[in-house]
Amino acid sequence: MAEPVLEARGLTKVYTMGEVEVRALAGVDFFLYPAELVVLLGASGSGKSTLLNVLGGLDTPTTGRVTYRDHVLSEADEGELTRYRREHVGFVFQFYNLVPSLTARENVQLVTDIAEDPMRAEDALALVGLGDRVDHFPAQLSGGEQQRVAIARAIAKRPDVLLCDEPTGALDCATGQLVLSVLAKVNEELGTTTAVITHNVPIAAMADRVVVLSNGLVKSDTRNEARRRPEDISW
Amino acid sequence: MVISALTRKLFRDIVQMRGQFLTIALVVACGVGAYISTVGTFRAIDRAKDRFYEEHRFADVWAPLERAPRSIRGRIEAVDGVHTVETRIVTHATLPMPGLPEPASATVVSVPASGEPALGTLFVREGRLPDPTRPREVVVSEPFAKAHGLRAGRSRIKAVIEGELLELDVVGLALSPEHVFTLSAAIMMPDDRRYGVLWMSEPALAAASRMEGAFNDVALRLQPGASPEAVVHELDRMLVPWGGRGAYARKDQPSHRAVEGELAQLQGFSTAIPVIFLGVAAFLLNVVLSRVVELQRRTIAVLRALGYRGAEVALHFLELVVIVVLVGAAIGVPIGWWVGDQWTRMYQPYFRFPAFAFELDARTIGTAVAASLAASLVGALRVVRAVSRLAPAEAMSPPAPPVFGSTLAERVGVLRLMSASARMVARETLRRPARLLLSSFGIALAMAVVIVGSFQFDAIDGLMDMQFGMMMREDLSITLRRPVTANELSAMRTLPGVRRAEGSRTVGVRFRAGSHTRTGALTGQMPDADLRRVVEWPGRFVPLDREGIAVSRKLAEVLELSVGDTVDVEALEGAHPRKPLRIVRLVDDLGGLAAYAPLETVAAFMDETPVVSSIYLSVDPKDELALDARLRAMRNVAGVGKRADLIDAFRTQTAESMALFTRIITAFAAVIAIGIVYNNARVALSTRAHELASLRVLGFTRGEVSAILLGELALQVALAIPVGFPLGKFFAVAMMSTVDPEQYRFPLVVSTATYAFSASVVVVAAVVSALIVRRRVDHLDLIGVLKTRE
Ligand SMILES: Nc1ncnc2c1ncn2[C@@H]1O[C@H](COP(=O)(O)OP(=O)(O)O)[C@@H](O)[C@H]1O
Ligand SMILES: [Mg+2]
Repeated sequence: MAEPVLEARGLTKVYTMGEVEVRALAGVDFFLYPAELVVLLGASGSGKSTLLNVLGGLDTPTTGRVTYRDHVLSEADEGELTRYRREHVGFVFQFYNLVPSLTARENVQLVTDIAEDPMRAEDALALVGLGDRVDHFPAQLSGGEQQRVAIARAIAKRPDVLLCDEPTGALDCATGQLVLSVLAKVNEELGTTTAVITHNVPIAAMADRVVVLSNGLVKSDTRNEARRRPEDISW
Repeated sequence: MVISALTRKLFRDIVQMRGQFLTIALVVACGVGAYISTVGTFRAIDRAKDRFYEEHRFADVWAPLERAPRSIRGRIEAVDGVHTVETRIVTHATLPMPGLPEPASATVVSVPASGEPALGTLFVREGRLPDPTRPREVVVSEPFAKAHGLRAGRSRIKAVIEGELLELDVVGLALSPEHVFTLSAAIMMPDDRRYGVLWMSEPALAAASRMEGAFNDVALRLQPGASPEAVVHELDRMLVPWGGRGAYARKDQPSHRAVEGELAQLQGFSTAIPVIFLGVAAFLLNVVLSRVVELQRRTIAVLRALGYRGAEVALHFLELVVIVVLVGAAIGVPIGWWVGDQWTRMYQPYFRFPAFAFELDARTIGTAVAASLAASLVGALRVVRAVSRLAPAEAMSPPAPPVFGSTLAERVGVLRLMSASARMVARETLRRPARLLLSSFGIALAMAVVIVGSFQFDAIDGLMDMQFGMMMREDLSITLRRPVTANELSAMRTLPGVRRAEGSRTVGVRFRAGSHTRTGALTGQMPDADLRRVVEWPGRFVPLDREGIAVSRKLAEVLELSVGDTVDVEALEGAHPRKPLRIVRLVDDLGGLAAYAPLETVAAFMDETPVVSSIYLSVDPKDELALDARLRAMRNVAGVGKRADLIDAFRTQTAESMALFTRIITAFAAVIAIGIVYNNARVALSTRAHELASLRVLGFTRGEVSAILLGELALQVALAIPVGFPLGKFFAVAMMSTVDPEQYRFPLVVSTATYAFSASVVVVAAVVSALIVRRRVDHLDLIGVLKTRE
């Protein structure tokens, strides 16, 4: 097996809210290997988003070690984390989080403006099937379209890692399939290492590997025999 | 150039919040404009003054006297600290001018036969200096010449000097650094038609005024570092045998003093007004930017997640601030230029400098813009720092609902008495007490600014009533060259048209007490005086007592004396008697440092029989013109003043100079009020759009929903008004404190009308802002608002 792109060992994350301590991660080991597509499953509150945020350099663990290739993220300062996100990570969020005052193209340009050797914004949009909607504002796009713009925005920098937190959470099944197939296509065509969070168990079938979280711990880590195409999955 | 996506967002954000953007930019514009106009006007006057004084050798010390032989000049030169001495003849003239029903008066000054005087050289605007071999040549002060259409080499004027009528050829028009500000003593304002300065060659003037071989005025320039006080003291001592009338230094030279007084006021304005505006701008930027950042929490988080650095995102919001300031400056610079130009023009008839124009230099603009940027950045700093510190993951979740229920009012239970919707207003308002209080304070500032711009009118009516209704009740006032006795005064009563004649005796004196010395006047009043009496603010006749003197309260203050104390008084004329006089009363008079006593008391002090130096006449209107002409023809008459002229001049001058100022200030204040009310309303609307739309969905009417929103604004304005009144009064006091109280003591009155006006300016501004915001409430997109997620 190749070296992992991202490697997390013994991760814990404790939120202290006054008297109460919430253990979002209770000692997680997690790896992401080059070009694979991993689905992270788990009930709401099981720590999926917390893990993804730590892996993506949005947040730091309370204890544990995270490394991206030869960079130790768990010891990086805010500036290094920003550089890591800027150069290597693409994010897709549940609520798309497009900038409402920018068109589809301009939302993608937010990334191409600061990335090294990015795709053209139009090409990224074409890749997600929105070549004809480049000048639309978010308010003029449906939820699925907005999410595809968000994917285009995430992949335009040609990231090494693509992290998606419930990308279909706000979408109906058919639209969700479309979004997931875009993710699968990006993973296949560009070879981008991809992690997708979901609480819909059937979606796990599209992955190379499925990791299940429960109460801040990895409950299982299984490899699928074969990946199913998202179009063939329903939930 | 490729425009980055973030820059596009910036411009779209600006377009989207254009109302708020513009109102804040306008507040900045007012600050920049106020700064540029006041500083530019200050510089215009200050530079013109420095240049004129320097190039035309303005003296440091002057000493008027009765008559001294030219041979004593050497002794004056020998006084320690004296550098240059210029002796000259200064006298009065009456000028029967074709355009005036009664003659104008003039000060006549000699010019050395050799040509240029050593000090106070003339700036010849047209023509040339008088030729010493031609005694009929005269140079006329330019403003007077302009007022009468006199031209060098073409005009001839008549002048009565020492009772003799001379026909003089106008050979030049000139300005002098000693007469930059020529004021008519009675109205404390310039009157170019009725007062001028003439310059004649010394031999000619000496002949006309019988001063051959003598002089009656001396101007001195001091050596560097010499003390003017010491020289004044020495001159006073030395000139007694020649009737010294009291030497004085530059700071007491009337023209210079007026210029300096105005400069001090401008300097006060040039800091105070911009500080108010920039403070408000900083506050508004803070309020609006806080809201923008609140609204864009998600966007900020996304940008951070996409790899934008905290500093880059912070800069994005700072750019917004910078653009507001630059737009404000772009509006403010031309406004400031225009206002400054108007303001400088307003000064032009008062201050007669050779060249005197509003100047706008890059440095002033640079300072204004830099100060605006600094103030705005201070306002934005906290918000922007918070932006750069917003942890990207934390910001991904929507802001937690704010905690309610801990305010004092809540605990006291006042809110339980209110309707649910009123409770909404109250809770939201009380949750941000700092914002409410600062907003109210800002509105109060706007009111205070209006009050400062308007209150000067308030004192004027009272001032006019007192000055012209109680104190100066004569029709004509006559200044005599030499005092006359009661007998001669009686002769006046026999002149045709005279109904009543009375007189007073005024002596220039020096008051001394401890280490304090002041120059002023001692006035003796006739016991049955009716036309001229001593009056004090706010309109009380002051009874006089033979046992001593009544003195200006200010004089007692500077001498550190009070009723019952004695003051050492030295007359600056006649035999210069010097005696202690007892203070029996303090007088709240409005200008100068004066002492008042019955005529006999003054006569006893002067060791003379009772005489008068001024005569006041009440006359029959139909005889007034003839009488005026007849009086001026008398040898002993130095000048005749008409009360009606004074009233006229006073009215027009004050009205003209103050109206423009008031209008500009009021407009500026309205900008502040609108800026605050409108922006608060918009922020409140944006904060509560969701709630308000929900209420509409629940069946509340537009009016009810607007009332909830606008209730908070009404509260802001209501809180502001009681603060604005005293704040305005405070500003007015501060503004008046730049006026030299030993010279003028304008009563500080702020009328109910002015208070009401200031309140109505902010109320109107608030209503206009409310109407604009209300239109938005009416068009609340119910579905859209409920759908949007923060
Ligand atoms: N900022 C936070 N402060 C306090 N507790 C938090 C915070 N973020 C997450 N949690 C808690 O951590 C646990 C894991 O949350 P999360 O990772 O978001 O779960 P998931 O994404 O699997 O639904 C939950 O109990 C959640 O309440
Ligand atoms: Mg989650």
